[in-house]
Amino acid sequence: MSELNKVSTAAELFANGESPEILFWVGCAGSFDDRAKKITGAFVKILNSLEIKFAVLGTEESCTGDPARRAGNEFLFQMLAQNNIAVLKGYGIKKIVTTCPHCFNIIKNEYPALGGSYEVIHHTSFLQQLIDEGKLKVEGGNFKGKRITYHDSCYLGRANDIYEAPRKVLETLDAELAEMKSCKSRGLCCGAGGAQMFKEAEPGFMEVNVKRTEEALEVNPNIIASACPFCMTMMTDGVKAKNKEDEVKVYDIAELIAMGNNLI
Amino acid sequence: MHLIPQVLFILIFGITVYVASKKYMSIRRNILLGRDEDLSDNPALRWKNMVLFALGQKKMFRNFIPAFFHLFIYVSFVIVNIEVLEIAIDGIFGTHRFFAPYLGGFYTFLISFIEMLSALALIATFIFIIRRNIIKVKRFTQPELKGWPFKDANFILLMELILVTAILMMNATDYQLQLRDAEHYANTGKLCVAQYTSNLFSSVGTENLILLERFFWWTHIIGILFFLNYIPYSKHLHIFLAFPNTYYSRNEKKGIMQNMPVVMNEVKTILDPSAQVNAIIDPPKSFGAKDVTDLTWKHLLDAYSCTECGRCTDACPANITGKKLSPRKIMMDTRDRLEEVGNNITKHGKDFSDNKSLLGDYITHEEIRACTSCNACVEECPVNINPLSIILELRRYAIMEQSDAPAAWNTMFNNMENNQSPWQFNPMDRANWIEEIK
Ligand code: SF4
Ligand code: SF4
Repeated sequence: MSELNKVSTAAELFANGESPEILFWVGCAGSFDDRAKKITGAFVKILNSLEIKFAVLGTEESCTGDPARRAGNEFLFQMLAQNNIAVLKGYGIKKIVTTCPHCFNIIKNEYPALGGSYEVIHHTSFLQQLIDEGKLKVEGGNFKGKRITYHDSCYLGRANDIYEAPRKVLETLDAELAEMKSCKSRGLCCGAGGAQMFKEAEPGFMEVNVKRTEEALEVNPNIIASACPFCMTMMTDGVKAKNKEDEVKVYDIAELIAMGNNLI
Repeated sequence: MHLIPQVLFILIFGITVYVASKKYMSIRRNILLGRDEDLSDNPALRWKNMVLFALGQKKMFRNFIPAFFHLFIYVSFVIVNIEVLEIAIDGIFGTHRFFAPYLGGFYTFLISFIEMLSALALIATFIFIIRRNIIKVKRFTQPELKGWPFKDANFILLMELILVTAILMMNATDYQLQLRDAEHYANTGKLCVAQYTSNLFSSVGTENLILLERFFWWTHIIGILFFLNYIPYSKHLHIFLAFPNTYYSRNEKKGIMQNMPVVMNEVKTILDPSAQVNAIIDPPKSFGAKDVTDLTWKHLLDAYSCTECGRCTDACPANITGKKLSPRKIMMDTRDRLEEVGNNITKHGKDFSDNKSLLGDYITHEEIRACTSCNACVEECPVNINPLSIILELRRYAIMEQSDAPAAWNTMFNNMENNQSPWQFNPMDRANWIEEIK
């Protein structure tokens, strides 16, 4: 199984005179958050199982600067972003795949103005392409009879109009898919964006993640599928707040595909 | 003798149009107080947006019921202008139904069409009054609508009732007079509503009937001239500004936040003192926005275009869960403050300062901090307004000029600066997951 977990850094490839075809941008959550690390692991296994050559930046990766920019701290954002662009330039990176919609949005849409242009793809679109090309298949029916509802990430959906890719990927699982009453362009936020993740919510009568979890629970799912490590935290906490953690699990789409193929 | 009404008409018409145009020009001036923003690219797409969103009401149809009734009022408003044009010609030249002899059967069709739309608009207006005042639809009862905005909305509906009733009754009395072959009352052919409503007046004597017809005619045109003057003070301004506002929509992906070239260049030269940076023409006087004049003209056009419909606030996760933030209030505050700044300029000249500002006196830090930047407000707005963009500019000012951040954000900033991640992890542990997943 060790081949499935193989991860090279761009620096290692560079030492061998190679440059990675695809850079997997892991992001802060994917690198440090215990729950999100499992998503990272699942995605790595999918990549290796399909023999896709990729590299990560490892310790050379920094925060993209998204929470700083959204909070209003442009200086900090510019520092981090320009450093990242310099690192990416050093390795001649052209194509980036990431499991975080915030990293995806900012590298794809906002780095070009700073001089960093790449082909950036979110892992759900990446998986969809692999499915469309016939390279990725899910067999085994591990999800037969399960009911899955997909929670749209704002930074994939409204921010970048990606609604279909995650749903197409889920369709391969042979499970029952149920839509929440507010979904796609009307999907309710999980409450984490705009640097809310890193502070207490302002005074109100309820937490946004609990509200969104209630909407998800209305469709009686076995699984809530997410495509963002921050939505993951928010929805997991929401399910706990509703004391439903035994019946309802929250998984990233990459984890579901990996589970479908018995990779994890 | 018969010249008196003509002179009176020309006087009223001239004065009201003059007064209104002055107000509209002041709105234009206020919008141009905003900073420059280049939104002139891709005119083909811009025309398409205008046709789809303003003319075609595309986003309105995300909510079918209000969109359906709004459409009646909207179309009848657009079409009725043909009749208003005729009224203006008749008023100035002392004619009556000037177009009738030229258009013949088409005139009958046209006026019947206007009548039908007016009748539908009447029904729609009643339904809207009920939605606001009896059903009390949630988005019409939120705090920022208390007081003047609520009255404004009802007043407009009342005006609509008066105007539509006047036009229907004008036709009804006119038609009755035609049946009696009264002098001056040109034959319009069989009008679809008036052929029935004219019966209401069958027992009124011809002389009184002429008085009534004139009364409705004057009510209609004076109502419209009044309306023209009222609109620039009201949320109803959207009937005009929806068009330029959708034309100048931002067309990039909604996730994009505007770059700040000044900061970019500064950081570039810090990181690499020999870096070549492009000089910035007309740099902003502060980082982010404190007042309306720090925003761009598009933000200000957005503010004047807001219909106060509350679709944005209804979709806002912060607002839904009880936070003070309401994207509609952001737009209303921006407009109110801009009006105040504009009035100050008119009264006291260009350099007058009232020591007030949008951030602080109108919008609080608590409000802007609650935003998750989810873009739900932007997605919902039927006239493509972007409240999020204003919120983010205000945040930039709060953080970079006022250093006003919640403690947890300061910790996050420190972590990002020292550990290159928002949490307090050692950056050298960033790749530990590689071992952990094995
Ligand atoms: S972007 Fe901010 S203001 Fe707009 S709906 Fe989302 S949380 Fe509310
Ligand atoms: S910003 Fe748009 S959606 Fe919000 S109240 Fe104004 S017009 Fe309605």
